[in-house]
Amino acid sequence: MSDLLYSEVEEDLRASVRDLLTDRAGFTSVLARTESAEPYDLKLWRTLAGDLGLAGLAVPESLGGQGASYREVAVVLEELGRSVAPVPFLGSAVLATTALLAAGDRELVPRLAGGELIGALAVPLTSAPESGFPDGVSANTEGALSGAVRAVVDAPVADVLIVPAAGPDGAGLYAVEQTAATVSDVVSLDLTRRLADVSFDNASSRLLASGAEAESALRQALRAGAGLLASEQVGLAQRCLDETVAYLKQRYQFGRPVGSFQALKHRLADLYLELVSARATARHAADALATGDDEVPVAVAVAAATCSAVALHAAEESVQLHGGIGMTWEHSAHLYLKRAKSDELALGTPGRHRAALAGLVDLPPA
Amino acid sequence: MSTVTADDLRARVGELLAAHPPASTDRLEFLRARFDAGLAWVHYPEGLGGLGAPRELQNVVDAELAKAGAPDNNPRRIGIGLGMAAPTILRFGTDEQKHRYLRPLWTGEEVWCQLFSEPGAGSDLAALGTRAVRDGDEWVVDGQKVWTSVAHIARFGILVTRTDPDVPKHQGMTYFICDMTDPGVEVRPLRQLTGEAEFNEVFLSGVRIPDDNRLGAVGEGWKVAQTTLMNERVAIGGNAMPREGGLIGMVTRTWRERPELRTPELHDRLLKLWVEAEAARLAGQRLRQQLAVGAPGPEGSAMKLAFAKLQQALTGLEVELSGEDGLRYDDWTLRRPEKVDMLGRGPGYRYLRAKGNSIEGGTSEVLRNIISERVLGLPSEPRVDKDVAWKDLPR
Repeated sequence: MSDLLYSEVEEDLRASVRDLLTDRAGFTSVLARTESAEPYDLKLWRTLAGDLGLAGLAVPESLGGQGASYREVAVVLEELGRSVAPVPFLGSAVLATTALLAAGDRELVPRLAGGELIGALAVPLTSAPESGFPDGVSANTEGALSGAVRAVVDAPVADVLIVPAAGPDGAGLYAVEQTAATVSDVVSLDLTRRLADVSFDNASSRLLASGAEAESALRQALRAGAGLLASEQVGLAQRCLDETVAYLKQRYQFGRPVGSFQALKHRLADLYLELVSARATARHAADALATGDDEVPVAVAVAAATCSAVALHAAEESVQLHGGIGMTWEHSAHLYLKRAKSDELALGTPGRHRAALAGLVDLPPA
Repeated sequence: MSTVTADDLRARVGELLAAHPPASTDRLEFLRARFDAGLAWVHYPEGLGGLGAPRELQNVVDAELAKAGAPDNNPRRIGIGLGMAAPTILRFGTDEQKHRYLRPLWTGEEVWCQLFSEPGAGSDLAALGTRAVRDGDEWVVDGQKVWTSVAHIARFGILVTRTDPDVPKHQGMTYFICDMTDPGVEVRPLRQLTGEAEFNEVFLSGVRIPDDNRLGAVGEGWKVAQTTLMNERVAIGGNAMPREGGLIGMVTRTWRERPELRTPELHDRLLKLWVEAEAARLAGQRLRQQLAVGAPGPEGSAMKLAFAKLQQALTGLEVELSGEDGLRYDDWTLRRPEKVDMLGRGPGYRYLRAKGNSIEGGTSEVLRNIISERVLGLPSEPRVDKDVAWKDLPR
């Protein structure tokens, strides 16, 4: 039976990440950064990845990682979701690293795990685990890549791009230096997560895996991404609930704390209820990914379908229940709303994950 | 901390089975022996059916006994006794009361009911008006209770009464054990929207209860009732289930077996509910894991709410999915079931019965208040009944 609780080690990890993020990624500094020339805090990233070793948590020690598991990665993501910290964890430590590990790479993994390099997986962030292998980029016999990919997460700061492309003998996974590609920043809905459109024009690359191995590596990366994003969403939802509850206790209207009105209390109780379920599904997905069992596809689809909706609901309620202040730029609610709405599209919408489930659990359509 | 281990319990179960082979032992005799061996509810104290062992070790005992084909005590039939009366007696009863009541309660020889709700006091239980007036060593009780499950087969009832109308409502209550065979106790079936009479009305007219049957101090009935109610919510919706266990399993089976009933819209709803059911199942599993390590979270109330919402949505979908059969009902005969049988009846019954899930054991609205105030720490609404004597409250 899957262990759905947090271990002591995981709670310790959470505490140290939260301390650091409270200190270094408070709302005002995160907001200020979104309007600066450096929207990502790469100094903070170096601390997280290099000093704390978080970029290599699920990487074996023999490859320069911590030898922990996706359960711990999930806890880090909860905290990153809580603070909407502007760091390339999802793109580099989750998507690119998982793809590289699955492709059997031994050169780039240690450098990504140690935080020396930042990686990005060159697929649209909207890709779902069940999406077919993309064909927007093709490789010639010399391994030169041409084509384009839109909305690649963390690409603006990546040193290396992991690119699925149609090679001369079918699917292939290639590594490309960022300087060999054209990376154009996108103005993204989520102010704290950067995207870029990437194009290749005869860009030289190194083949990492081909055929079924490449397809499997991509699917594993997207599946881990979708399953772990659920934990980010749980962290985000919890933060929205906590902030809203705190606000409703101190805000007075009609001579009473607003939080004493039953109409509002019931909405928050419902949100809490959703969060209880969401947390259980996210933990289940993280545990399944950690043990790599047969449960993974179903567990990930359930978590992704559940947590996307819960995070979005929490962020939307947070804006509404904060009233006018919730609509302002200077309150943090909007950063969470933007992250939650983007996360709903990321790595498969709830509808796509439910459609995937229909096949996985034998509930065929009409 | 108890030193009883899983291995100790396996050894004890082995001894019990050797001394009382299930195949050749009378059911009741076996259950009594099991109680006396401390294997009834292992977390209860020694001499009262337990061994003071960690609660989660009960699973070890249950599994071993099930494997040996031993009879169980039909926990669904005596659920109110097990889930509500027993923990209350354990906490507030005298030694004499514990020894008198717990054993036949556990074996099912004596069924218990819960005499709490009244026509004028449901969600606002503390407003209840059933009077108990002291007369020497006895109390004389007059009033009416409602929604009383299994009252018609119950030997005893846990009863909350008003003993002082001149103080605010929470302060003037006293808790008793009521002998349902006493003169003045009249049980009438209360037919509900399903056609069944699963519940009863109980009329109490001049019922004389000895003071020895009081649980807790005079005037402290609310405190005692809180223990009962907390246990009630933990008891609802707390069983381990496999994926697609319960109602979702019935609906998915129909979906697979009757392709002609499928529509795209129903497919959408079914998948959403499938995910919701799986999420609720995992949340229940997480709650039990928390309980097992001794960290009971406040998720219990949330689980009951989630369960009610899900049951209602699923049973609604099931009737729609039944097509023409959804227009039929299996049986309107007035029956008096001893337990709720959701899976043994038709979709129409399930749809109707599930409407009770958000009312019984605390309405969903009351549970939302509990979650928002006790879990989230939000302030309570201003109260008009707080410092007013019960007799002066508008009713």
